Amino acid sequence: MALETAYIQEKLSQKFGNNVLNFEMKRDIFTLEATPNAIHDVIRFLKEEEDLNFHFLTDLTGIHFPDNDETHQFAVVYQMHNWVENVRLRVKTFLPENPETVTITDLFLCANWMEREAWDFFGINFIGHPQLKRILNMDEMVSHPMRKEFPMEDSGRTDKDDRFFGRTPVNN
Amino acid sequence: MSDLLLPPEHRYAKVIEQTRNEDGSEFSILNLGPTHPATHGIFQNILLMDGERILDAEPTIGYIHRAFEKIAENRPFYQINVLTDRMNYCSSPINNMAWWMTVEKLLNIEVPKRAQYLRVIVMELARITDHLICNSILGVDTGAYTGFLYVFQFREKVYEIYEEICGARLTTNMGRIGGFEREWSEEAFKKLDVFLTDFPVAWKEFENLFERNRIFIDRTVNVGGITAESAMQYGLTGPNLRAAGIDYDVRKAAPYSSYEDFEFDVPVGKSGDTYDRFCVRNAEVWESLSIIKQALAKLPEGPIHADVPDYYLPPKEDVYHNMESLIYHFKIVMGEVPVPVDEIYHAVEGGNGELGFYLTTDGSRTPYRLKLRRPCFIYYQAYTEMIKGGMLSDAIVILSSLNVIAGELDA
Repeated sequence: MALETAYIQEKLSQKFGNNVLNFEMKRDIFTLEATPNAIHDVIRFLKEEEDLNFHFLTDLTGIHFPDNDETHQFAVVYQMHNWVENVRLRVKTFLPENPETVTITDLFLCANWMEREAWDFFGINFIGHPQLKRILNMDEMVSHPMRKEFPMEDSGRTDKDDRFFGRTPVNN
Repeated sequence: MSDLLLPPEHRYAKVIEQTRNEDGSEFSILNLGPTHPATHGIFQNILLMDGERILDAEPTIGYIHRAFEKIAENRPFYQINVLTDRMNYCSSPINNMAWWMTVEKLLNIEVPKRAQYLRVIVMELARITDHLICNSILGVDTGAYTGFLYVFQFREKVYEIYEEICGARLTTNMGRIGGFEREWSEEAFKKLDVFLTDFPVAWKEFENLFERNRIFIDRTVNVGGITAESAMQYGLTGPNLRAAGIDYDVRKAAPYSSYEDFEFDVPVGKSGDTYDRFCVRNAEVWESLSIIKQALAKLPEGPIHADVPDYYLPPKEDVYHNMESLIYHFKIVMGEVPVPVDEIYHAVEGGNGELGFYLTTDGSRTPYRLKLRRPCFIYYQAYTEMIKGGMLSDAIVILSSLNVIAGELDA
């Protein structure tokens, strides 16, 4: 029997009540939202409950929403996959400014670098992570470059004089 | 950079100070990489060694990080394709096609059957070159240079086919939204036929050179093994996962681009060691060849791209003589085409695992956020676990058998 989305929703709602919300079918992937307090338990439940069995963490990523309200500034998106039933699931949790959430490295070993990447690029602090430090950027970097306010290129650079590239200083 | 200099407070420095072997000898630190001919890419591992044996390893990555995800947020969809080439550059057509399929999924574009089949052919060609390089380099690292030189000429043959299709060789930038940019030339099909006749002979000989070779078996069996359970925990996908005994293949699990029309097996290994990974890749090359033959036999006639003037640039000569073409050309280049607000995750079976694009749009011409699920970024974490307790020379062999591509690792 295939794993029905209605069944997943019912199971989760029964267990977590108001902590799981906004169930929605986004194209081919069932998407839901969990509150930051419950996210670790939700992921654990999805993984360990026998008839849900989302045993594979496909991806973990951060997204920055500067235009959202204060409690929805950042999102952490978990993409999970049940290989036996071949069902994918997307779990999101929204975080405020100075984002902090609980690590899931105790559930999935592969979350280690994914969380380090999210810390590196978005500054999302995963509490309990064994070694939360930068991964792709250099250690001396102070900003988190995938945030929307981070500019693409430093306009104050003097080594890239626009005149040498046939452009005016204002780049028109 | 503190890790490079290994200051006294580094955890390895402490271990060395506190631990002595019975004969009084002490542990040592070895910097493997970042630039070393045997690592085939820019990988650094700081190894804690007891003589020749590895006790612990600390990988450092990011040496060729180029911020693709950030650049992608400032580019229209059709310009992001050139970024995907530069991820897994051993099989760039797979990345290209995966990206176009993601965009087509977002825009609800139905691609004509002929274009789908041609995509399958070119993706399987790319998979062959990917596995060919990985396996022959594994031979080089175990001391067998001949096999590498022998099959490497066939990568050149595949690159000539790419050249006929799109004009480029390594970073192909192949295809467009909705299909291909032009019909494949006669020459391309001729070269493909020659390749399909000559390559299996050479590949059979390559297999014979290695598969029952005593030295090769001694170097690879029970080296860098991983259980199915921990392979899943570490997020392994692709041939590395299948070598551990799990038959997860995106082409079977979620068929894209008409993969459901072809018959092929998913080869699996047993112990997940270097030898099994080698054999799984060998077997996959045969499956790929069979898929290409099936696709060529069943190749339907028809258009080479979908009829989507909003996204597919009109022929250049029409732009100057045809009003509609001029309008669409202007709209595409100036970014006036409609894009829905949506979230898409599309995955394909890349050369070394599940390559996924998680695309979030806000209705503008650029992605709001594009997350690249690069398979080797995720499974490279298992490397430390695999080399612990082994010899230094095994670490080199394991690294090449994992098919970690620096461009994809760091994106």
